[in-house]
Amino acid sequence: MELFFNPFDNLLCILLGISFTVWFTLLLVFIIVPAIFGVSFGIRRLYMKTLLKIFEVRAPIIAREPTSLEEEIKEIRRSGSNKDLDSASEFEMSDIFYFARRGVESIMDDEVTKRFSAEELESWNLLTRSNNNFHYISLRLTVLWWLGLLIRYGILLPLRVTLAFTGVSLLVFLTSLIGLLQNGRMKNVLSEKVHLMCYRICVRALTAIITYHDSENKPKNGGICVANHTSPIDVIILASDGCYAMVGQIHGGLMGVIQRSMVKACPHIWFERSEVKDRHLVAKRLSNHVQDKSKLPILIFPEGTCINNTSVMMFKKGSFDIGATVYPVAIKYDPRFGDAFWNSSKFGMVSYLLRMMSSWAIVCSVWYLPPMSREEGEDAVQFANRVKSAIARKGGLVDLLWDGGLKRDKVKDTFKEEQQKLYSKMLVGTQEDRSRS
Amino acid sequence: MGSSRSSLRGVPDGQQLLQETGFSAALLLRLHQRFQFLDKDSRGHLRSEDLEAELSENPIGDRIVGAFFQPGQETVDFPSFVRVLAHFRPTEKNWTRDGVQPEPANSRNRKLKFAFQLYDQDRDGKISRTELLQVLREMLGLQVTEEQLQSIAERAIQEADLDRDDAICFDEFRKSLEKVDIDHKMSVRFLE
Repeated sequence: MELFFNPFDNLLCILLGISFTVWFTLLLVFIIVPAIFGVSFGIRRLYMKTLLKIFEVRAPIIAREPTSLEEEIKEIRRSGSNKDLDSASEFEMSDIFYFARRGVESIMDDEVTKRFSAEELESWNLLTRSNNNFHYISLRLTVLWWLGLLIRYGILLPLRVTLAFTGVSLLVFLTSLIGLLQNGRMKNVLSEKVHLMCYRICVRALTAIITYHDSENKPKNGGICVANHTSPIDVIILASDGCYAMVGQIHGGLMGVIQRSMVKACPHIWFERSEVKDRHLVAKRLSNHVQDKSKLPILIFPEGTCINNTSVMMFKKGSFDIGATVYPVAIKYDPRFGDAFWNSSKFGMVSYLLRMMSSWAIVCSVWYLPPMSREEGEDAVQFANRVKSAIARKGGLVDLLWDGGLKRDKVKDTFKEEQQKLYSKMLVGTQEDRSRS
Repeated sequence: MGSSRSSLRGVPDGQQLLQETGFSAALLLRLHQRFQFLDKDSRGHLRSEDLEAELSENPIGDRIVGAFFQPGQETVDFPSFVRVLAHFRPTEKNWTRDGVQPEPANSRNRKLKFAFQLYDQDRDGKISRTELLQVLREMLGLQVTEEQLQSIAERAIQEADLDRDDAICFDEFRKSLEKVDIDHKMSVRFLE
């Protein structure tokens, strides 16, 4: 027997044991405990700054001044004419400068966003995980790239998967436990704490660095929280800062297990697949929920499909019909750190999550907008559009008017149309203006 | 931004373009990288499709793309690419015409010429009524009626056409834009 147990093996076992313990302790102290208490050591932000420094994130070539078409054209004209501009919005030969300049800017610097394929960035930005036009520039960058790959897949990914696993199992376990309690204040308080804690662990599992703005506008009970949708991660991002009642279809598998245990602790709204088609049923359940002021605000993504975080598609009107106060939220991911967009026709959920977890980080900003209610004489669609515009403006996203259902066809004309509309409005006004004069 | 001469090694006609266009070496390098990015198949030149992809949302996108290609040519190499972009550099304030140096691409006159050629697609030196209508249709799309388009074009020609030949030649064009701050509006501000 002694032939097998030489002292080297023993030493190895001890070392492994120690490193595992150390590893786990570090994990606990620096990640899980802060998650439980909702505090932050600021490690993730430091990490983000370091990343930016290492990769020398390339600044854009052009200084963009965000002026609107109208402002600019008026400015061009003002410099060239003595006429009183506001009364004579006629075509000037100089108007073409605006379009020419914008066009050349687009050629020189890629800040023109493309709707459905992932936002393309300056190709030398190694922060993004996949570099479609990876040309060999210098040895240093190539080495960095491979090193980065190693770190991401060898160190970060296992760490994150561990965390995710911890977070999810804690969620399932604890919410089931809480489900055993009597309904009452204690249960609600505990449920809130547990949900928050587990979502925070998941946030760390993704190394998501989130900045929340205007938290005074956070959604309150009896309201509906409405946000633009880029990826399933949106849920985690919002739910780690506040408690919501989720709405969705019951899935099978792991997702279903999570859903079923969550609903034991607090009333989420899950629908069977068959019920989803029945709009009235959906509306009824939603409105029953919001009328009960003791229940958490509902979290809804009205777009219904993931958009690539550069635009906000037409909001489906269902949630705006219920008559509850709407709390709009804008979520914008920082594209420098990798692309959070989930193209569900290209990737499955699991491969998407793996992609996310092997990126450097996910950096995003969340803006809580002031609550909005439907006004007199406004129908659900107009209300929905108003909310959508507010979200788009705040998040710096482009407010587009077509249905996300067109995701599979490339429709690029509409943005051009928007410009044409704006310009024609300047020149010939709208129908009402013309009939008035 | 480091030793400019050596880093321009990979850039075709790098030194010559430096002098011709007035771009800094650093900027030239980045434009080259941008060119390579647009050149998706690494051919060493761009075709109109490569540029059109970037301009799909611009109402006059096709015209702008056309400005990069010489008549009859289907490809544009890097030096030609940069020479066109040079038109959009901000004008140097203290450049004076001395007749010896060639006029830089970003002079007021050259910028005006560039804009003029956006209108004058058949390059006959005049912007005809038809050409004007075409541009207007592109910029306004389907948002205006044919009559509105005609009246806009009519008014524009009346204002600018001084010799009453129902077309706007380059001098008339320049005159009508006398007071416009071309430099500011036809320039792209670069981050150096």
